[in-house]
Amino acid sequence: MPKRADLKKIMIIGAGPIIIGQACEFDYSGSQACKALKEEGYEVVLVNSNPATIMTDPGIADATYIEPLTPEFLEFIIKKERPDAILPTLGGQTGLNLAMKLHEQGILAKYNVQMLGAKYEVIKKAEDRSEFKAAAIRVGLDVPRSVFAYNLAQSLQAVKDIGFPCIVRASFTLGGTGGGIAHNMEEFERIAALGIESSMIHEILIEESIEGWKEYELEVMRDHSDNVVIICSIENLDPMGVHTGDSITVAPAQTLTDKEYQQMRDASIRLIREIGVETGGSNIQFAVDPRDGRMVVIEVNPRVSRSSALASKATGFPIAKFAALLSVGYSLDEIQNDITRETPACFEPAIDYVVVKIPRFTFEKFPEAKDVLGVQMKSVGETMAIGRNFKEALQKGLRGLEIDHIGLDNKQDWRYIDDDKLRRRLAQPNASRIFYLKYALQKGMTVDQVSEISKIDIWFIDQIAQILEMEEHLKSVIASTKGLGPQLMRRAKEYGFSDAQLAEMMDKSEKDVRAMRLDMGIAATFKLVDTCAAEFEAYTPYYYSTYETEDEAILNNQKRKSKKKKIMILGGGPNRIGQGIEFDYCCCHAAFALREMGFETIMVNSNPETVSTDYDTSDRLYFEPLTFEDVMNVFEVEKPDGVIVQFGGQTPLNLARRLSQAGVPIIGTSVDSIDVAENREHFSKLMDRLKLCQPANASTTSKEETLDAAGRIGYPVLVRPSYVLGGRAMRIVYDEESIKSFLDELYSVSRGHPVLIDKFLEDAQEVDVDAICDGVNVFVAGVMEHIENAGIHSGDSACVLPPHTLSVDVIARIKDQTVQLARALGVVGLMNIQFAVKGRQVYVLEVNPRASRTVPFVSKAIGLPLAKIAAQIMAGKKLNDFALIDPGALKYICVKESVLPFSRFSGVDIILGPEMKSTGEVMGIAATFGAAFAKSQIEANQALPKAGMVFISVNDHDKKDVALIAGKLADLKFKLVATRGTAQVLRRVGIEVMAVDKHHEGEENALTLVKKGEINLIINTPSGKKSQSDMRVIRAAAILHNIPCITTLQGAWAAVNGIEAGIKEEFTVEPLQNLYNRSGVLAGSAVTGPSAKNGIASLRSQ
Amino acid sequence: MKEAILYLQDATSFRGRTLKETGETAGEAVFNTAMTGYQEILTDPSYTGQIVVMTYPLIGNYGVNDEDVESDKVHVKGFVAKEFCRRPSNWRARKSLIDYLNENKIIAMEGVDTRALTRHLRIRGAMKAIISTEDFDPSSLQRKLDSLPSMEGMDFVRDVSTSKKYVWKHSGPRRYKIAAIDCGIKYNILRILAELGCEVHVFPAKTTAREIMAIKPDGLFLSNGPGDPAVLTYVIDTVRECLGKTPIFGICLGNQILGLALGGKTYKLKFGHHGANHPVRDFEGNCIAVTSQNHGFCVDIKSLDAGVEVIHTNLNDRSVEGIRHKSLPAFSIQYHPESAPGPHDAKYLFNRFIEMIDKNKNA
Repeated sequence: MPKRADLKKIMIIGAGPIIIGQACEFDYSGSQACKALKEEGYEVVLVNSNPATIMTDPGIADATYIEPLTPEFLEFIIKKERPDAILPTLGGQTGLNLAMKLHEQGILAKYNVQMLGAKYEVIKKAEDRSEFKAAAIRVGLDVPRSVFAYNLAQSLQAVKDIGFPCIVRASFTLGGTGGGIAHNMEEFERIAALGIESSMIHEILIEESIEGWKEYELEVMRDHSDNVVIICSIENLDPMGVHTGDSITVAPAQTLTDKEYQQMRDASIRLIREIGVETGGSNIQFAVDPRDGRMVVIEVNPRVSRSSALASKATGFPIAKFAALLSVGYSLDEIQNDITRETPACFEPAIDYVVVKIPRFTFEKFPEAKDVLGVQMKSVGETMAIGRNFKEALQKGLRGLEIDHIGLDNKQDWRYIDDDKLRRRLAQPNASRIFYLKYALQKGMTVDQVSEISKIDIWFIDQIAQILEMEEHLKSVIASTKGLGPQLMRRAKEYGFSDAQLAEMMDKSEKDVRAMRLDMGIAATFKLVDTCAAEFEAYTPYYYSTYETEDEAILNNQKRKSKKKKIMILGGGPNRIGQGIEFDYCCCHAAFALREMGFETIMVNSNPETVSTDYDTSDRLYFEPLTFEDVMNVFEVEKPDGVIVQFGGQTPLNLARRLSQAGVPIIGTSVDSIDVAENREHFSKLMDRLKLCQPANASTTSKEETLDAAGRIGYPVLVRPSYVLGGRAMRIVYDEESIKSFLDELYSVSRGHPVLIDKFLEDAQEVDVDAICDGVNVFVAGVMEHIENAGIHSGDSACVLPPHTLSVDVIARIKDQTVQLARALGVVGLMNIQFAVKGRQVYVLEVNPRASRTVPFVSKAIGLPLAKIAAQIMAGKKLNDFALIDPGALKYICVKESVLPFSRFSGVDIILGPEMKSTGEVMGIAATFGAAFAKSQIEANQALPKAGMVFISVNDHDKKDVALIAGKLADLKFKLVATRGTAQVLRRVGIEVMAVDKHHEGEENALTLVKKGEINLIINTPSGKKSQSDMRVIRAAAILHNIPCITTLQGAWAAVNGIEAGIKEEFTVEPLQNLYNRSGVLAGSAVTGPSAKNGIASLRSQ
Repeated sequence: MKEAILYLQDATSFRGRTLKETGETAGEAVFNTAMTGYQEILTDPSYTGQIVVMTYPLIGNYGVNDEDVESDKVHVKGFVAKEFCRRPSNWRARKSLIDYLNENKIIAMEGVDTRALTRHLRIRGAMKAIISTEDFDPSSLQRKLDSLPSMEGMDFVRDVSTSKKYVWKHSGPRRYKIAAIDCGIKYNILRILAELGCEVHVFPAKTTAREIMAIKPDGLFLSNGPGDPAVLTYVIDTVRECLGKTPIFGICLGNQILGLALGGKTYKLKFGHHGANHPVRDFEGNCIAVTSQNHGFCVDIKSLDAGVEVIHTNLNDRSVEGIRHKSLPAFSIQYHPESAPGPHDAKYLFNRFIEMIDKNKNA
């Protein structure tokens, strides 16, 4: 069937901010879909609240709305745009749920909008557990025994038939929120209550436990003509009981015979037809009893998912792009496989390598949370590695995880692990279990024992045993002969051992091992990911390294004989808190910009969720860990003319020095300048020279020194390690006792780099600046005024652009200092500076000569692609080549708000501090600050109330200012409730307030009010040194009941503004494309300057 | 384990190691892209005379079991993979693939850059190859290969066909009497026919039409099998004689035989189709199936006369995947609707054979 001619305009709903369970994979899928539909001539309307996405770049869709993802706002947009259809299956669960609501509220019918890909009834059949189960049984599939319940009493009755352990799943939630495994009645009651609460339809499923069974996933595509193909099979190393997102997974399935695999395939096809997903990608999960092969189907996602992004990257088959094309009427046989060019998309990829995906956790950010894994997803990112065997892929993946492991190594501290603990850690899934598996074997447990305890398939355990055996063999050979011969060296590399691992065994430097290895003629070879196991010639240059005889990258480069200059861009690796989609956004822009300039672009990255690892983002994609060794391997093959390290966050920046020493031509800001900014001593000297002000500070290298310096500077101080991102182990300490208790962690995180101490500026206003410099001229792109005071990590605080309270004079001085610093550091490319303003004094807190987290936000706000411009400047253009307009005169206000993952980590307090905790961000755009802020709060799932009751409890420090906020709320007709101390302060100035106890006393107290749902907003600023445990309980309840809870007074002030706007103003929506036109700033056009020739000339001269 | 060389007719060689079995073996090197189903592949008689290279690097993960066999023995001349699994895992596994290969005295080679080898075979075409653990001298290996007959013109069927007529054992109903000419028939074809209520009488390849028609079959089945179809004149003649007398259904080599019996020609494909992911369009059913394939020869479209039509086409290379006689009850499929290994998408074609038989009975 050809494409549909009755459709003109199609709306795509994005997935919103990055949260646990929904990350950049939906930017990847959504961008692919937008591009595909636009190429087909459709007008595309895109809605997403997340400014850090490629999809919200104004060039991707025809009308781009960065607006709240709620039915209300979507109706505004639908009314304005009148699309013919919406495509709800590419924006994750968020997009799907929204489309469902739009249908249920009659909005789609009202404006005559069709749903493409999957109709309402279909989605319901797949998502609603009882309908799904019935559908599965109808087509003869086995499912786990289960019962539904809609309230607690019902649940307690039902669980008696199912027995323990049982699994509780809440219907219609994200990434398994509100679920868990209950082993007894007590656990069950707690989990069931939570599940009913968090389900959109208050429904839970109580299910026979299939914990410990083997878990599989199949990625399926179907078209209008009922052709169905399986794109990829995935087998989980972690058996049932661990959320797939938290499991180490492998593609293709390893331990299924053809018979069993085909049964699973048949089941998938029957199920997808029965459910009726018309077109697009779906993913189906199965569990297999390892004892007798009984196969049950677990769930279906009738949409593009995290797994389909993984499957796309694992096979080279662009699921999202094809899903979009299928949704407008094409059939699979009408779509060409981009990679082979001659075969159609109607086939099933054959792969000739092994793919391992490993989740990245950030439990270190939430020390109160246990690193135990279950059915609720906890990981914040993932890395993928490709090898010619599992052992190689696993070891590559582990070093690509960037958690200081150099493979399946021995870095874990085993001193405190006795046999009991070891068995517990094997049995109970946790973030470091993979290392425990090896350790158990090392301690003498057999493969069967380890498999028995962990329930992990023997196949995987034996693979780990093989790695261990090789390691022991290598060690014994090294011990006896003091060196490895070429044959053994090659075997070691085939097993995935890194040079760093071998260096440790040989007691040599990594550099020496590398040299020795290359002398032996053992170099990495690159193989192509081609969807067809080499059966057809492939044209898409997507490579991975391995140790084989033939190198296809070299062969293809010779064949192509390109005369273009090459630039290599190093990506940011797996998402983590502090380093996520924003950096990938910048890397993608670099690739786009440099390609426009006529360079050949080479991307190196290991994150399968991203747009940067889409095979058409750059000219060549190398799916590799971002370690010195792996980057050098690519470098040796490609010999690029320049390498960009400043866009991928701290990951590539940390490699810069070593790469440069190894002769890699790093372009942009020099490695020395990066060092000046990161090295406290050098930086202080620079500040003195420029006569700029910074808080009193010291750089220390021992625990004693740290204590001395803190005392000398005077408490409170801010302490942190250098060369880290996201404020890892960064804290404000108020006395010597607190710093002592923290020293060990501090020094373990700093890994030999100095520990920095700064005087903490209390009550200071923080300001973030993003700028571009070409070495001479400086373009100050954005001055962002933080809502929260200095002391809260910039990644966690909200900010406003343009600044709305800073004086003209202060802004001028900030800009001036930015220019001075950029020039003094010789920045070429992007830089970000954090300032603090206290009174009239401007302090420089930090200078980062690299892309910052706020680059996409500023780019969206001012309508200029900063990362693109910066990349071109790094390649030799000058700022004068771009007609840049001072963005000071925006006619609208942009607010960035961060999105926090607290609901995922029970027991973790929600207060903010200098260590970053947010996973993502949203952007509110409106004519006034209040409205922009209100929008941002809706987007961050913290919608401000328009009426009701506000509970206020502030610390002593904030009591002096709280009346201002409370007074305004009273004016807006809110009822106020406060703790006794706060109430006293308010009454003193004549504000009417009800005083209540916190939670331990009396019948009616703050906690009971929260639980009863009578409180609509909580303003609670925690007291200085430690959070008060009684307020903690209330904050936890707020999270559970999804009541907005504001923990800073500045945040509260902004909220009051937002509430006022919500009451008095009417929200409007506007596509970015219109905003930019009206304010006189043009997007995109500014970047096309003089030809690439000049660029290359100046590139050379660096 | 022993150091081994895989030497190709065009003087290219690859290094690796053999498992327990040492010595020398020669055959036509072909690659198979299926990611599962090695046990079925090893026991498929169609691979007689061939050294099979698996493109999926890890082979043997789920071991071998008693059920997933397609004949009574291993037929490949040699087996090549990146890595064989020493410790399999599957609830049905009876032993490791390594033990199985050793017991069957198959020279199996691992540690080979199988992707490079596959690319080579794709670009240069399937060709004769020798695996040796004894002789590493290129000129000597070349001489050995040169003295080996080429695949074209080779009759392997006589080695794999049953020597005596037999009836496939099964316990279900027997509604149809089917005669099957065994050129190397896969068990799964027999299993499926039995499932559909057929009593299958399996005949040696060298059986005359008269002997076949003597049992008064409701239909005639032409099996898969190894080698060049053009030399199998004794089968082609039999089939030609049976045409129109009983409904005919052929698979793989059976498709080529029917094509030849209908006056067409066959030719050798460059590197053949061996895998489980080939899309095929069925013009009669107007659907696309993902199919299991294993053939080195193909029916030439241009050679077919007007009485024959192409009913299935491969979407990758547009080659013939199925033909039908326009007026006589006879059709055949180039790929493997019986799968084993591979997708079950095309299993419905067996029903089509039964429908043809029913129609013929009623007529």
